Amino acid sequence: MTSAATSSGAVPASVDAMLELLTSRGYLAERSLATVTYLSLRMGRPLFLEGEAGVGKTEIAKVLSAALGRKLIRLQCYEGLDVSSAVYEWNSAAQMIAIRMAEAAGDTDRDQLSSDIFADRYMIKRPLLQALEPDVAGPPVLLIDELDRADEAFEAYLLEILSDFQVTIPEFGTVKAPSPPIVIITSNRTREIHDALKRRCLYHWVDYPAAERELAIVKTRVPGISVKLSQQVVRFVQALRNQDFYKSPGVAETIDWATALSELDARSLTPQVVGDTLGALLKYQDDITRMQGDTLQKVLKDATSDN
Amino acid sequence: MAINHLAPEQTEQFADNIVGFARALRAAGMPVGPGAVIDAMSALQVIDIGSRADVFTTLEAIFVKRHEHALIFKQAFNLFFRASEEWKHMLDSVPLPEQARKKPQAGSRRVQEAMSQPRMTETPQHQEQDLRLSVSDKEILQKKDFAQMSAAEIAEVLRAIEKMHLPQAELLTRRHRPDPHGLRLDLRRTLRASLRTGGDIIDIHRLGRIEKPAPIVALLDISGSMSEYTRLFLHFLHAITDARKRVSVFLFGTRLTNVTRALRQRDPDEALASCSAAVEDWAGGTRISASLHNFNKLWARRVLSQGAIVLLISDGLEREADSKLAFEMDRLHRSCRRLIWLNPLLRFGGFEAKAQGIKMMLPHVDEFRPVHNLSSIQELITTLSRPLPPHHRSLIRSAA
Repeated sequence: MTSAATSSGAVPASVDAMLELLTSRGYLAERSLATVTYLSLRMGRPLFLEGEAGVGKTEIAKVLSAALGRKLIRLQCYEGLDVSSAVYEWNSAAQMIAIRMAEAAGDTDRDQLSSDIFADRYMIKRPLLQALEPDVAGPPVLLIDELDRADEAFEAYLLEILSDFQVTIPEFGTVKAPSPPIVIITSNRTREIHDALKRRCLYHWVDYPAAERELAIVKTRVPGISVKLSQQVVRFVQALRNQDFYKSPGVAETIDWATALSELDARSLTPQVVGDTLGALLKYQDDITRMQGDTLQKVLKDATSDN
Repeated sequence: MAINHLAPEQTEQFADNIVGFARALRAAGMPVGPGAVIDAMSALQVIDIGSRADVFTTLEAIFVKRHEHALIFKQAFNLFFRASEEWKHMLDSVPLPEQARKKPQAGSRRVQEAMSQPRMTETPQHQEQDLRLSVSDKEILQKKDFAQMSAAEIAEVLRAIEKMHLPQAELLTRRHRPDPHGLRLDLRRTLRASLRTGGDIIDIHRLGRIEKPAPIVALLDISGSMSEYTRLFLHFLHAITDARKRVSVFLFGTRLTNVTRALRQRDPDEALASCSAAVEDWAGGTRISASLHNFNKLWARRVLSQGAIVLLISDGLEREADSKLAFEMDRLHRSCRRLIWLNPLLRFGGFEAKAQGIKMMLPHVDEFRPVHNLSSIQELITTLSRPLPPHHRSLIRSAA
């Protein structure tokens, strides 16, 4: 069933099928995440994912596009993002040349000139406009990543696009998507996103996975790792998340760490090897300092006790 | 668990349930609009309604738009979608939002005060005298400590605070707008204009960077020792919140409360009332270190991200002053653009940083200012509007 769904690029027909589809691409999602993703596809609504960094918010867009065989269009947000880098821009140099050419040819019809130089071929399409264009494989997956980094003005601009899936270009007219793209918006909550935008989306808080699921994720993403080491790694990371750290490690960090450990041919966690590789898990000096000594011993002992 | 009252074929009852549930959520304080109800109904038609977990996730995705509401939603869901018989009288017992929270009428106190004032006598001489008096009164008011003011004087100060015009400390953003004196060429508009003259470029259009005020984050100490000042500062912060877009306000005593939304209400009385309703530890003890820790952990990344100026309003009288306090101050200092500590204790001429807490905090602030009377608040506003030097921190450090 999964392979059929993949090859045809069809949207899964139930929550279970969605779960299976994601799993087939190595994304082990909680059922709740699969449910909202499924709903977002069926209802044609953007999916707004919030959660700590490194819990797999961006990843789901990549997996969806691969699994459904759709094009992935990514818009990375940053402060100062504006229409010309998010939607479209005119290729002014080429337009200028076109004007000079027309002049040289003795062409003086102004209306003709303006409709010529504001044509499709002088337009540089940026991610949002690309996402509205028809695609042979079906509507693309549009990933609007880290929306919290863009400023409020851009957020307000998105309102029109996300509710009507259309863009108005003064010189050109309105571009409307024949069928709406699959939109995934992520935010790390470095600031609050306005309610007006959230209202247009399905909202889901992506949490850290439970130990069992995290273990499965490590096994899938770091194939060579031994059972014993992977269990210790997951237990260690889960214990870290209970500590009062400035930044708890996400799933991405767990995978990084497990990869690092298996690269080093570690068989099990020892104070030495953990101390050397802690930087893969904790990204703040204060947090690393706190982990020295007794805390490290204790967490390590708990993580390795059963084996 | 049976949730057969959600069965889609009983459409009318089904709609009733969703509407009732939305009403319950609203009564519990969640912002749930009518659009969400329609969404919920269409979403429930898409999924398999037999699975309680899926129904939960579906409704959650539609009704919950902030992580903080997830818990309320969960409780409401569990209560509401219990056994099929129980829910009906549950629905009846859910109060309507108007009944649930009847607002006190805004400004009622001010109206009362205005009505009870004695009428002015209107002889010209008297008026002249009054004017003279009020001028000198104002001078005194400027310097008078908030803690020693009478109710009438405080009312006067509140009026002055409301009238204060906040100059906007500008931050250059990376966005552009048309600006004849801008540095960047606006090729698109230039080209469009050139079409009117058949392709000859006559007017050159330019773009300038958009400037906007730097965000302000205020951390206000509401412990007992600050009680004579808190209300006035809240008024001040309300005035700022009204004038600017990006202001976040946190109150702390023994715990930290975010009152930004409460302060957004237009009316100062209403805003302050909802502030005090949100705070549980008004005029209690102080735990600066713990409150700063909470702020750093839960909020710093969310509100300090765009070069914010932090106003820490506290007397710094912390009982549990230890190395943690210095650590948290240092972290706060490193994550904001500028840390200004406003301390009413500075009003005393011979103030020395003897208290342990103050000693710990002082090395980590960019500015240490008094804030106890109207003129010091005005000075603060001037400071806030001063353009910030590009590498202010290194400059200040090397000067010190």
